[in-house]
Amino acid sequence: MIKKTILSTVAAFTLASGMALSEDIDIVFIGKNTGNPYFDSLTQGFVEACDVIACNFEFVAPATAEATSQIPFIEAQIQRGVDVIAISPNSPDALNQVFDAARAKDILVLTVNGDITGNEEHRDATILPTDFTKVGADQVEMVGSLIGYEGEVAILSATTEAPDQNFWIEGMNKTLETDSKYSKMTLVATVYGDDQPEKSTTEMESLLANFPKLRGVIAPTTVGIAAGAQVVQSRGISDTVKVTGLGLPSEMRDFVKDGTVEGFQLWSPYNEGWLAAHFSVGLKNGSMENKVGGTFQVPNLGTITINPGNSINTQAALTTFNAANIDDFNF
Amino acid sequence: MTNQIPSLYHKKSWRSLFNRPETMTFTLLILALVGASLLSEYFLDVNYILRSFTLTAELSIAALVLTMVIISGEIDLSAAANIALSACIFAYVQASGAPMTLAILTGLFAGLVMGSLNAILVIVYQLPSIIVTIGTLIFYRGLAQVIAGDKSIRVPEWFIGVNTKMVLGVPFPVVIFTATAIILGLVLGTTIYGRQIYQVGTNNTAALHAGIKSNRIKFGLFVLLGVVSSACGIMAASRLGSVRYDLALGGELQMVLMAMLGGTYIFGGRGTILGTFLAAWLLVIVSTGMTVANLLPAIQLTVLGLLLIVAIIATNFIYSRARR
Repeated sequence: MIKKTILSTVAAFTLASGMALSEDIDIVFIGKNTGNPYFDSLTQGFVEACDVIACNFEFVAPATAEATSQIPFIEAQIQRGVDVIAISPNSPDALNQVFDAARAKDILVLTVNGDITGNEEHRDATILPTDFTKVGADQVEMVGSLIGYEGEVAILSATTEAPDQNFWIEGMNKTLETDSKYSKMTLVATVYGDDQPEKSTTEMESLLANFPKLRGVIAPTTVGIAAGAQVVQSRGISDTVKVTGLGLPSEMRDFVKDGTVEGFQLWSPYNEGWLAAHFSVGLKNGSMENKVGGTFQVPNLGTITINPGNSINTQAALTTFNAANIDDFNF
Repeated sequence: MTNQIPSLYHKKSWRSLFNRPETMTFTLLILALVGASLLSEYFLDVNYILRSFTLTAELSIAALVLTMVIISGEIDLSAAANIALSACIFAYVQASGAPMTLAILTGLFAGLVMGSLNAILVIVYQLPSIIVTIGTLIFYRGLAQVIAGDKSIRVPEWFIGVNTKMVLGVPFPVVIFTATAIILGLVLGTTIYGRQIYQVGTNNTAALHAGIKSNRIKFGLFVLLGVVSSACGIMAASRLGSVRYDLALGGELQMVLMAMLGGTYIFGGRGTILGTFLAAWLLVIVSTGMTVANLLPAIQLTVLGLLLIVAIIATNFIYSRARR
């Protein structure tokens, strides 16, 4: 009986592999982890792009965001023989080997929404939301404007290893140290909620307990800012502690409407997915070139430039969301 | 006696095949292979399955030794943290300019110390191993973070890629895993030392009265697991090219899962290396099959949980029947 099943399996296998041929470019996007609403919007950009241009799209992600959790997923995509792997990497270096294996099979490897800083030679290009070097300074200015440029502030981040967040935090530290405009602000703590709502809530509560004079919290991660705002809302302390950072308009709308959060920032993850899909198809069908200094056109986004290090910015600066404009955004 | 009535002996050995939990593991393995092949057209590729096995080879190798620890009536939940800490110590020593041989020896020595610490606490101080090793799990993981910080430590380019080295078309870690399984399987199944491990696990007091040095046996097993885990940590460093404190995070559960799926009895006295060997493949096939079919992790976790429950019920049933 087992023999029979194996035979029918082999038959099904040969049949299916014969049918899988298609002209479209197969793109897969590997997120940091599941249950992260940020990627819904990014994924939507891919999906809608593939409705209009010649690509098939799939989204996968591991359950947890630790450094090596994406490796089996990349191996699986190599085995599936996809044309493009777009990925938000969980580690700046643990994926080097498997990226090399993918590229050896002629798969285009794009890091999206975060890069493998220091190991850029292991991917083809990176698509970033905005100029990341300015994010730290922009965020410090944001929290400064909310607390009158005076008092204790803290940072509620994602995981300790998250490359983007760490890069921005570095920028925040530098801005606070060097810019005299912020000389009356002191950074008292940087804590990590691991992009999990429960852990982020606990970290936020311990910040409030440990630093009674805390005036502002920067949470440069969508999970963190929502958890931080939730704590401030339920304690009714939005007048004394200002929560800001990077958040999704859809998740933050209620907090902005009831005054818990006055303002926060982000870019459009949707546009990143939209851009990444167009760039992938363009490179694979030969209508675009992955060359530093080159430009290409993307519908709705205009002219996009490939910066040194094959790095592409989707938009020039962060967008600030507040009560006046939040209803204009639906991601 | 068996020479006098060979027919009965034969009949019994046939029946005992069905009374063995490894038969269940093997059946699940075949079912998983068929299921995964039906699930995705890309699954049934020996090279892909072997390559996927290398991703958990370190945990699987350590799980083989853990099986012996469990059979002896103890448990060690700190092995995955040991993998992380030895890898961090190895990478740290190597990155600070020491020659590779010295770095490897330091890493292995760290494993020896970690295994000995577990053994001393459990055997000399007579503390329950589950509590001791939960403690050392957190301690070793914490130390790893102290050493490596939040950064990863790189290993030199030439040292990277143990998983791409092939022996007759089989990745090196898979060869090591198989060789370890054969050696440990022979020790456990055919030597006096192996019999004594079972006896100690079945009834420690009776074993002591029978003159078996059960403390010495258990001590040796903890130390062996410590050293093997550190070797696995160094192997993981070569596979990944960099080491972080969260290496093999949660791996202790995966290792216990392998032993349980292979029919090892959590209270000791029963189990085989063959069972854990098969279970390691079962886990790889199940998770690889679902990953290559692009199934969501939530579904994967649900299936793995169900699998474990089925395996435990089946193992219990088989053992209770065998006892009659």
